[in-house]
Amino acid sequence: MPSVMLKKNAEGKLVFYVPKKDLEEVAESVEFDSPEKWGGEVLLSDGSKYYFEPINAQPDFPVTLRAKRLDSGE
Amino acid sequence: MAALTREETEALIQEVLEVYPEQARKDRAKHLAVNDQSLEKSNKCITSNRKSQPGVMTIRGCAYAGSKGVVWGPIKDMIHISHGPVGCGQYSRAGRRNYYVGTTGVNTFGTMNFTSDFQEKDIVFGGDKKLAKIMLEIEELFPLHKGISIQSECPIGLIGDDIEAVAKKANKEIGKPVVPVRCEGFRGVSQSLGHHIANDAIRDWVLENRDGDESFPTTPYDVAVIGDYNIGGDAWASRTLLEEMGLRVVAQWSGDGTIAEMEKTPKVKLNLIHCYRSMNYIARHMEEKYKIPWIEYNFFGPTKIAESLRKIAALFDETIQAGAERVIAKYQAEYDAVIAKYKPRLQGKRVMLYVGGLRPRHVIGAYEDLGMEVVGTGYEFGHNDDYDRTIKEMGNATLIYDDVTGYEFEEFVKKVQPDLIGSGIKEKYIFQKMGIPFRQMHSWDYSGPYHGYDGFAIFARDMDMTLNNPCWKQVKVPWKTDESTKVAVAASA
Ligand code: SF4
Repeated sequence: MPSVMLKKNAEGKLVFYVPKKDLEEVAESVEFDSPEKWGGEVLLSDGSKYYFEPINAQPDFPVTLRAKRLDSGE
Repeated sequence: MAALTREETEALIQEVLEVYPEQARKDRAKHLAVNDQSLEKSNKCITSNRKSQPGVMTIRGCAYAGSKGVVWGPIKDMIHISHGPVGCGQYSRAGRRNYYVGTTGVNTFGTMNFTSDFQEKDIVFGGDKKLAKIMLEIEELFPLHKGISIQSECPIGLIGDDIEAVAKKANKEIGKPVVPVRCEGFRGVSQSLGHHIANDAIRDWVLENRDGDESFPTTPYDVAVIGDYNIGGDAWASRTLLEEMGLRVVAQWSGDGTIAEMEKTPKVKLNLIHCYRSMNYIARHMEEKYKIPWIEYNFFGPTKIAESLRKIAALFDETIQAGAERVIAKYQAEYDAVIAKYKPRLQGKRVMLYVGGLRPRHVIGAYEDLGMEVVGTGYEFGHNDDYDRTIKEMGNATLIYDDVTGYEFEEFVKKVQPDLIGSGIKEKYIFQKMGIPFRQMHSWDYSGPYHGYDGFAIFARDMDMTLNNPCWKQVKVPWKTDESTKVAVAASA
């Protein structure tokens, strides 16, 4: 369950940062990404997948959330 | 010598690795790579931030060095106690050339060494009492100090002293910030973790001090310069450019910095990060907590300076954008003259670098402005994200080496035969004795500043002075000079 720091970059894309692993990746897709629901599976540009417990609002980025690693993508 | 091809560079790495025993060879192979600009991510080609192999000569430091030496040390109006035996602080005292304004020993303390000078009895019975006493003494002897930080050396963690409790008590007694930092040297694989721990200590003990206090008048143009340690005056040469374009620099971290500036940083509109490696943690924290955006910038050489000034200005309104153009135009004649003078003398020269966590990529542009080419680079304590940022800066098929060992570096140099090497004091004399011009790129070889337009002029002069110094023709051993060959030939005839 790594802590992930999430922010939006200049292009409005979600940037994913895991401090412990120096992992800095842009998210390709977010399963739920609407004003009412956010979270679910997040696919990163390196192919790895993480899961965020869905919440009933857009988080106030930047924010640190806990995620579950689904698969390494390698 | 012509540039190496990809195959030649790969062969060179294999050749250098050959002498290692199998286990070490496998490990070191992961840290050496041939640059491939088509890669987006460095973890495909290089491993970094791992423990050094036992038995090799690494050039790294410890976590205490990262916290006391880099992040906290330059905060000039605080007293930083090197807590533990005397050596750690004394041997590193005043070595980093963080310039500052003030009267040392009265209201600034940058080049002094404060230590609890642990003896056997402190190890056996604990050093907390001694620490408490030291802080009261400091308050009495140096009443103008603005706070104390406790920089833990190895024994503190080993004997389990409770420096946090002592700090809290002292804070009440003297009424000034007292910051315990758990940066014992054995933590982590290099000084890099020390930077992180130091950042966390700032986050926990300093940054919130003025939350809810709105008495500081702000402007829409407030910025903080973070991760510039003012080596030889670097931060000053940078700050003037930012101010000339219309920004207000509220805080300098940490070169020539004060604790008051750090406490005010959460009020700024933008954080400007020079040394990403040592200070990105606190920038990310402020982004999350105070919603302050941050960007990286690079003030080495006119090309990167102009790029950075425009990038910074783009986040502000037209007055600042016009200001950036004005600054670039104002200095153009000056830096054009520098290039016109030195480029013909340096054109085509090849450089190999090996520095800490930022400069291996940041100074490349400055060399290129002078027509030089960086053919090899590497970090002592860089992480993946540093190498990600390096791939695009370096030419294809150039050498990249992480935590290079003394042996590997020498072998690379022998084969690549660069015209100039930029690294630290420990490497300097080896390469000079090999007859290769060398500049220290940590301390600027007691010169500087190198940041900003003013710094670029000094940088160019220094590189020329080193590279084209007539002394290099004299370093050949006597029996290899033309004269002696002639004599030998004559004698044998
Ligand atoms: S490793 Fe420990 S003993 Fe050595 S300099 Fe660092 S803090 Fe001091």
